[in-house]
Parts: sequence; C-alpha cells; structure tokens
Amino acid sequence: MNFENDCRFKRKLTKRGNCNTLSHQGLQDKQAEQNSVKDSYTTHNESVFQNPHHQQEENLTGLPIVTFKWHHVETPYLVIIWVFVAGLAKLSVVELNHHVISVVPESGLLIILGFILGGIVWGADRAQTFKLLPPTFFYYLLPQIILDASYFMPNKLFFSNLGAILIYAIFGTCWNAATVGLSLWGCYEAGVMGNLDIGLLQFLLFGSLIAAVDPVAVIAVFEEVHVNEVLFILVFGESLLNDGVTVVLYNVFDAFVALGGPRIDAAEIFKGIFSFVVVAFGGSFLGIGFAILLSLLTRCTKHIQIIEAGFVFVVGYLAYLTAEMLSLSAILSITFCGICCQKYVNANMDEKSVTTVRHAMKLLANGSETMIFLFLGVTAIDTEIWVWNTGFILLTLLFVFIYRIIGTFLFTWMLNKFRLVPIEVIDQVVMSYGGLRGAVAYGLAALLDEDKIPEKNLMISTTLIVVYFTVILQGITMKPLVQWLKVKRAAHSDLKLIEKLNNRAFDHILAAVEDICGRIGDNWWTRGWNRFEENYISWLLMKPKARKNRDYLFSIFHKLNLEDAINYVSEGERQGSLAFSRSDEAANVDFKKQFGSEFADVMPNIMVDMSNYELGIEHFSVTSIVKDTIPSVSLDIHGQDRKNAMDDINAHHLLQQHLYRSRKHQHRHKYSRSHFSINQNEDEVQEIFQRTMRSRLESFKSTKMGVNPAKKITKHHKKELTHKMPNGHPDGTGHLYGDEEVEGLCVFLPHLIEAGIENPVFLPDMDSPTHSPPWLMETEAVAPSQRAQRRLPWTPNRLRRLAPMRISTCSTDSFLMADVSLTLEEHEEHSQTDHVEM
Amino acid sequence: MGSRASSLLREEDIEEIKKETGFSHSQITRLYSRFHSLDKGENGALSREDFQRIPELAINPLGDRIINAFFPEGEDQVNFRGFMRTLAHFRPVEDNEKNKDPTSGEPLNSRANKLLFAFRLYDLDRDDKISRDELLQVLRMMVGVNISDEQLGSIADRTIQEADTNGDMSISFSEFTKVLEKVDVEQKMSIRFLH
Repeated sequence: MNFENDCRFKRKLTKRGNCNTLSHQGLQDKQAEQNSVKDSYTTHNESVFQNPHHQQEENLTGLPIVTFKWHHVETPYLVIIWVFVAGLAKLSVVELNHHVISVVPESGLLIILGFILGGIVWGADRAQTFKLLPPTFFYYLLPQIILDASYFMPNKLFFSNLGAILIYAIFGTCWNAATVGLSLWGCYEAGVMGNLDIGLLQFLLFGSLIAAVDPVAVIAVFEEVHVNEVLFILVFGESLLNDGVTVVLYNVFDAFVALGGPRIDAAEIFKGIFSFVVVAFGGSFLGIGFAILLSLLTRCTKHIQIIEAGFVFVVGYLAYLTAEMLSLSAILSITFCGICCQKYVNANMDEKSVTTVRHAMKLLANGSETMIFLFLGVTAIDTEIWVWNTGFILLTLLFVFIYRIIGTFLFTWMLNKFRLVPIEVIDQVVMSYGGLRGAVAYGLAALLDEDKIPEKNLMISTTLIVVYFTVILQGITMKPLVQWLKVKRAAHSDLKLIEKLNNRAFDHILAAVEDICGRIGDNWWTRGWNRFEENYISWLLMKPKARKNRDYLFSIFHKLNLEDAINYVSEGERQGSLAFSRSDEAANVDFKKQFGSEFADVMPNIMVDMSNYELGIEHFSVTSIVKDTIPSVSLDIHGQDRKNAMDDINAHHLLQQHLYRSRKHQHRHKYSRSHFSINQNEDEVQEIFQRTMRSRLESFKSTKMGVNPAKKITKHHKKELTHKMPNGHPDGTGHLYGDEEVEGLCVFLPHLIEAGIENPVFLPDMDSPTHSPPWLMETEAVAPSQRAQRRLPWTPNRLRRLAPMRISTCSTDSFLMADVSLTLEEHEEHSQTDHVEM
Repeated sequence: MGSRASSLLREEDIEEIKKETGFSHSQITRLYSRFHSLDKGENGALSREDFQRIPELAINPLGDRIINAFFPEGEDQVNFRGFMRTLAHFRPVEDNEKNKDPTSGEPLNSRANKLLFAFRLYDLDRDDKISRDELLQVLRMMVGVNISDEQLGSIADRTIQEADTNGDMSISFSEFTKVLEKVDVEQKMSIRFLH
C-alpha cells in the first residue's frame, strides 16, 4: 500500500514534471513525451533551474523570514492540484448526473469536462501543456484499474464463460485488427484518403491499436446500464483480456514495421505468431506465479496485519512490472495475478485487511479512471496533434463499427453451437455496440514512433476521434438502446430465501437428470482438478485455519451469537428493560443450548479467533459478506432498525451455509477451478447417502411384511457371476472402488451386512450409533410415496453394493456401474435366498 | 450396444417422441440406449429400482424425489415415452421455439413446465400447494445436519412468507411462479443433451 502510494506519487511527479504549465516549456515537454519517464524528469528539473523566478530568488540578500518557494513544491503541487481537480470533476459529474442528466455516462461527462479544462489551459498558455503521456498511463494509471477489475472478477462467472471470452478476446481482436487494417489499406490504395505516407504494415499496426475494446470505458458504461451478468462478463472479460492481446499484437506489428516491409518473410511471420503466443501465455503464467507468491505470502502475515493489505498491491504491481521487463504481456500478467490470488488471499488475510484492500483498490481504480477520462478530454485541446483527413477518419470510424458487429456475430454464431444457453441476438447487438475504445488505444497511438510512422499525428487524432465517438456517443445511446431492445437486465439483488433454496434445488435436479441420462465423464477432468485443488493447492496456499473454516459451523455460531446479543440488547432497550422474551422469529433460537453442550470446550478459541472465521466463507461473495457482517466489536446501537435485515441475513446465511452443495456446480462450470473446490465435501456426501439409504429403508420398513420376494431380474448371468462373487463375501467390490471408498461404509454397514434383510433387529441398531446425527434421531418426515412403498425394498447387500459408489467422488462411468450392479444384484439374490433358507 | 438398442426402437416411435418432446433423432436414440442399459428387467420399462441403481442419485439429496417425478401418478413403471417426456423438461429453450405459434400448445421445456417440475418436487400430496410441512421436508433433505429444527422451522416460515400472498401459509403454484419470476429458470433448469 505504502509502496503503491509512493509509486503513484512519484508517477505524478514525473507526469507533471514533463507537462509544466509554463508555456515556454511546451517544446521541451514535447520532447519529454518521447523519452522515458526518468529522462523527462531530469529534463524538467533542468527547466526548473533555468526558471527566471528561481534566479531572482537567489539574488536576494539578507535573511528572509518567509519565502515563497513555489519551485520547491511545484511538481508535487501540480500533481495534487490535478488530482484535486479530478476529484472535483468526478463530484460535479456525479452530482450533475444525479440531478440534471442521467443520459450521459460519467466517462463521457468527464471527457467533456476535460475539454473545458483543456480549453482553459489552452486559453491561458496557447498550448496544451498537460497531456496524458503513455508512460504515465501504462505505468501508473492503468495497472490499478486492471488489478481492481481482475481482483474483483466474479470468478465463477468468468471461468464458466472463459471459452467465449477467450474466443472474443483473441480471435475477435485479431479479426478486428486485420480487417480494419486491411480495409483501410484497401481504401487508401483506392485513393480515398489522398496522399498519405502509410504502408500496409502501418495500417495493420494502426488496426491493432484501434482494435482493443477498453475495459475502463466498458466498465464505466456497462456498470451504469446494469445488463444481465452473462452479457456483462462477456463484454468485460473480453475487454480486459483483449487489452493484453492488443498490446501484444501491437508490439508484433511494431516490430514488423521496424523491420521494414521487404525483409519480412515467412520465417519472420512465423516468429511473429510464435512471439504472440509466448508473450500472451508467458504473461499469463507469470501472473499466476505471482498469484502463488502472494497467496503464500499472505499465509504468514498474521503478525503484520496492518500492512498485509499492501502486499496485494505491491505484488500485483510487481507482476505488472516484471512482465513489462521481460517484455511479456503486463496486462495479462496482472489480470491473472488478480484473478488467481483472490480466493486464497481473501481467505488468508484478516477480515479488516480484506476490507482495506477492497476500499483501497476501489479508490485507486476509481481515481485513475477519473484521471484518465479527464485527461483524454484535456489532451484533445491541442492544435499540435490535430491532423485532419476526412477519408481516413471517417472510414476508420465506419470500419471499427462495422467489423465489430460482424466479428461479434461471426464468433457468437460459432460459439452458440457449443453453448448451453446461446447468446441471444439482442445481447449480440449490445455486445457489438459496446465496443468502446478508450485510453489504451490512445496510449498505444501516442507511443508510436514518429520516425517509423510519419503519420503518427493523424493516427493519434483518429484514435481520439474514435474514442470520443465511442465513449460519448455510444455511451449516451447505450442506455436507451438497452431499454429499447429490452435486453435482459441484471436480476434484482435482494435475494429471497426461496430463490436461494430453489437455485440449489435446481442444481440438484440437474445433477440428478444428468446422472439419469448417463452424461457422466465429460467433465471428469474438472472434478479431477477440483479434487487436486482442494487437496494440494488449497493446502499449499491457504492457512490451515482458513481451510478448517470450511466447516462453516463455527462461523455461523459466532454470527448467531453476535446477532442474538444485538437483538437482545436492542430489544431490551426498546422495551425499556432487559427482562423480555426473546423473539423467536430469529433463526437463532436454540443455539445457546447447543453451543453450550456441544462446543463448550472449543468455545473460548472460537471466540478469540472469530475474526478469522468470518472470512473464507464464499469467496466470491467477499463483498457481500463484508457488507453483511456485523462488526464484531460493537454492539450496534442501530441494531433495532436493522433487526429485520439482520434476521434475513441470518436466515440467508444459515441456509446458504447448510444447503447441500450440488455436484452440478462442478459439472457446469467447467473452468471454475478456483471456485468450487470446496463443494465436494466427503462428509456431506456421506451424510446425504446415509440419509437416502435410510429413507429407502424406511419405506421398506413400513411395507416389508407385505412384500413379495425379489422379482427375478437377471437369470442369465447367474452362473458366470457366482464365481466372481463368492457368496456372502462383501469384498467383491474392493478391487473396483479402492480402499478409501470402501472405508466410507463402515459407518453403518456393519449393521446391515450382519443383519440381513429379514432381520428387523438391524433397524433399531441404525438409530443408535454413538455419533448419530440429529436426522437419525428424529423421526424423519419424508413420507415415502405409496408407490415407493410398494416397491421392493433394498436388501442389505444392495446397500453395501451401492455404498462405495456413492462415496466416491471421482468420475464413475455409469455404464460400467450398471454392469457391475448386475453382478452384485446376482449376488444379492443369492444371499437373500440364503436368508430365507436359514 | 447403442446400435442394438436403437434397433429396438421403431422409427414411428421416434417420430412421435420427436414431435412430443422436441428431441432430435440422435438424441432419442442415444437416450434410448441409456434407457435400455438402465432397464435391467429388459421389459421396456424402468422401475424405481432401476433408477435407484444409479449410484450418484443416492448422494443427491433430492434423488428420490426426482426419481418419483419420473413416474406418473399411481404407477410404478415408466416406459421410454414417459422417460423422454420427463427429460424433455430439461431441454434448453431454443430461439426458434420462443416464437412458435401458441396454438401448438406449450412445449414441455417451457418456463412454466420447468417450474412445475420443481414445484411438484415439493408438492407431495399433489394438492397444488406447498404446505409448511412439505417445505420442511424438502429443507430437511437439502440442508446439513447442523441446523436445528427450530432454525429450519423459522427458515421455512420465512420462505413461505416471502412467497405467500394470500395469507394461507402455503405456496400455490401461481405464487411460486410469481416469487421466482426473477430467476432465470430457463437457464437454471436446462442441461445440454448431446446431439
């Protein structure tokens, strides 16, 4: 954090360093633009010392009591003034948006405000001395925006749509770059643009820099529009990743341009493609590496909680700079760093640090965003950069717009063949229309080398026009368009218990239907990954405490305890005395009793360490959790007002924590590797299994007297199977399912195997194991349907046969299972006859 | 196995099923071979046992409820036709089906039918109302053992309150539809059947 601030500070120093207000430095500043940050800083320093005022000061004699030392503080002062102005601009824009016009998106308004400010500066100086310079932008303004976007990326959504996002980001960007570049070149050859000094390669270079959809602009516009989450993640994920892709593409073409047309042969092109792959994937892997580093680091920062939040920023920025140093894709690096580390970092760090990170990240990102848009506007008021070429500019606008649409529809058409829920036409329209260009394109254009690209200024002005056009015009029209097209909006966020319950029920239903259809196996590697992640990666990257916390019990007890206390006090205050009856509306009625009896011994620890337990609950919902959590120190005096809300949260939370998770999640979200690792809880599986078996047994129990012997199902396999499966010996499954799974049986199988089907003794046995869970104690209300009651009950041997399969979470081929069950059924029939004979 | 199984399926059956459920020809034959492999009795119909033999269903908290959903009222066998009819609820809604003329009747995979399927899972006694008891049963099936009965009861109460508009302390199907109107049921109740 400190470091980051430091960086920001220095950055601004240098930034303003080379864009001084004084008009006579305009030329110097122009030079400085070309130089690296450091160089320009020195340039500026020199200029400070050459300043006439400064010299005057030195001529003073005697001891001044107070001196006016503007030049000592000039640079930081200007920086801070601009930050202040940006803050004011944001404030005024937001206020304006609230009260006067809600049609223009904030980003557009900021640009317009930038025009005005730029006009003032230009009016005073006759030159634009403040500009958005590429180094400033790429080193100091962009990283935190990208880090923010990736760190708070809804991982589940992102990874479940990763395929589509990658297609759009990689192929869509290449498509845009190639088509825009080629079309412009074609038009140029046809003579539409008059006489320009641009070759094919330069056109392609320009195409690549204008191809990127800008995440900053997209977030700014789409967040206000509230489109549905899939559409949002598609546009947003695409814009985030294609920035990286664009920069890489830009660098490749830049290298080609530097190489010169004639020297490019097949080998060079191949090398270009190869370097594209290396740079993009290298950057991504580097980011993942830094994510691992960061996660490991936060494992052991317990004693420096004050600064642990800073590591997120420092390491993120390091990932960015390191990638830049290795000429890998810095944007992709910091993106993947943020995406991969969020789960572990949030679980490892103290809750307060998580909040700190959240706020600081938002602060930095929002600030940068404001600065960027403001300066995009300010930059425009400069006569030097404007070169007008009607043909070039209008055609660029046209092609950018058209090819974006064509590309979106083309790739969506291909994607829809593989998507469960196809992307609708309306969504596609919005996606194409959401192709906002932004500061990245401008930054890249400003980076162009004038020696190699003689028409640099034309490209800059064209880029600026495209940016203004897309951000302001498309931004303004986006909202009406979304309304007019009736695009599915984001669902209302006030969660209802019933929705939550049903969502989970839907998952279970789908999982069951998939199993019935036998569609098992196509996602086995996802499950494999999840197991791996759970067993090894989490073990490596997460604090033991955070991992233990996956047993949500403790955190819930804590929460309930706390809320109960708050309710208690506030209720008491309301009634004027502490002698009142507790509201039994709250979902926390009995917890004290349970807490006292079951957890008395652990309790002190829990109470001490509670802050840690609050964390790793559902990693994607960190924000909501932080919001929902009642501060653990204070008994809020506003508890009264919040009582209902808290009850809701309370109940929601209870439900959320305790609803069985569905395998469906793992099925469906192929890529949600970091996310759903915790779902497949062995205990949970066993619990459900036992419960299912119990209810099946219940249905048997109630009808067993009136039931006929098993109907003969499989006669023909009898002989060959008997020798495979020695009679009455349960080990037959061992070789198939492995030992660990068989172990899972021991909970209740002993009763069953010994007891046999006709022996009612085993049923009472079931009810009194030492660790009998509540549902075994209570009479379960699941009344088997009448039809179910008529069915043949499960025999013990069948149960045994089923058990190992249930408990296994690894992929099972149900066809194989089906065959195996034949075997076992045969065997079971045997044992049943045995019992009868006995 | 697939070819042998599908040969048992008559072309005209396929056509009828296709018309009724909207599955494609290859989906039908694929599912038929699955049906066939589940059908241990080889009598052309599935019994509850056949379903219960699917291992994963035993670790699905709603497994038995879902099995029940395959069986028409009062029967304990389901033939391929019925099997497909139930599965058809889970077909994704396709674009060209949305604009289908309303006269041809509602397809099985419509939003309403998907919701009805879910509703029926709760509604054991088929009185078209989810009572508190029925809800409690399902909740008990779906939550872990760590929640006490009182807690669960209060959850059930709150859930019913959320949905109940006419104050009869139960959820009718129309209330159920209403309260879930913001949920993307079309997506959440669809799986991708292999083509």
